[in-house]
Amino acid sequence: MCTTCGCGDTELVPVELHEKILAGNDRAARHNREHFVESGVLALNLMGSPGAGKTAVLEATARAAASKSWRLGAVSADLATDNDARRLEKAGIPSKAITTGQACHLDAELVHRSLHDFPWRDTDVFFIENVGNLVCPAIYDLGQAANVVVLSVTEGEDKPLKYPVMFRAADLVLLTKCDLVPHLDVDLPKVHDALARVMPRPRVIEVSARTGQGMDAWIAWLEELRAPLAAAPRRKGASHAHGHEHPHVHSHEHEHTHDGEPHGHPHAHEHSHAHEHTGDGQGEHAHGDHGHAHGGGAKHDHEH
Amino acid sequence: MHEYSLVEALMRRVEQEARRRNALAVHRLSVRVGELAGVDPELFQTAYETFREGTICAKAPLSVTRVEASWSCPRCQARVAKGSVLRCAACGVPARLDDGGDALTLDAIEMEVP
Repeated sequence: MCTTCGCGDTELVPVELHEKILAGNDRAARHNREHFVESGVLALNLMGSPGAGKTAVLEATARAAASKSWRLGAVSADLATDNDARRLEKAGIPSKAITTGQACHLDAELVHRSLHDFPWRDTDVFFIENVGNLVCPAIYDLGQAANVVVLSVTEGEDKPLKYPVMFRAADLVLLTKCDLVPHLDVDLPKVHDALARVMPRPRVIEVSARTGQGMDAWIAWLEELRAPLAAAPRRKGASHAHGHEHPHVHSHEHEHTHDGEPHGHPHAHEHSHAHEHTGDGQGEHAHGDHGHAHGGGAKHDHEH
Repeated sequence: MHEYSLVEALMRRVEQEARRRNALAVHRLSVRVGELAGVDPELFQTAYETFREGTICAKAPLSVTRVEASWSCPRCQARVAKGSVLRCAACGVPARLDDGGDALTLDAIEMEVP
């Protein structure tokens, strides 16, 4: 009420919020991430154009990881059909389709719902194959440990420059269909150059699902991300308790003192850091969610 | 076209805030869109025009402020030009995106309260 004269007039008030419009999604993503981490599951958000080879990469991953005895799993999103999920099942990856209808991207809530009737806890590496789209999925954090963007050599060298948001969100780019390079005019150094102009820490592996080229490097990358999760006490079947938010304050300065040159880290600041949590917390979320929205945006750019 | 789902999220948040304060109407919304937020400001505006009818925001214009993306060196603070290789030429370290360049933020709601 107008307090000046008590006339009963309404008042205009400016309410300053300064909050992320995707705050709701980020909360849901944090929740997913907690579950993945406490269950020791490495969750990856696989993005890329339709036809870039996301499903083929996963099929090849099943073959290449055969010796690892990892249990793989996937949810696979498309506007319609469960073709991809069926392809993955055939390749030996237990899978479930998420049909999004008209939605052009997955969000954390959709992923969460899909987890309810999929035995994701029984997996070691869990792929979330996003809707084929280089635009919308980039800004939605799903709770993944890392974003992998699949880019095929047939798509044009300047794709990263045209879709900078997506490629900036990538922790790793898998450059697929490299077996086709001899038949194309594509200039691979140009692709790498374009990536370096949109990713401060470009990390690229050239692969071919067909010939198996580069699959060992990809498996090694997965292995590296998985290591801290695999080492942590795994809380299988941890109760699906909602609303737990761990106030997990890390100063995000990494302590590794490599003196001198900025070294090309084998992994580009993946977020399943292997830092030791000292003592007390009985394995409660050994690591992982440091509150830095991953994928959905805010990359912390600590210097290595 | 995720702009529609973003506007939906925006509306939900505004309605929640309006209820909390017993607002009679909302008069203006201010949103900031970073160049690398993955949001097309025009599409966002269009989506908002479509959605606001019949809501508490029916009469509230949306002002969208664009924030340009800029990069700098986390060590020497030197600017790293957009479009160049995102690494400080002097220090050799990866560039850092300056604040706001990738943010999609609801800055303020102007509302009418009893």
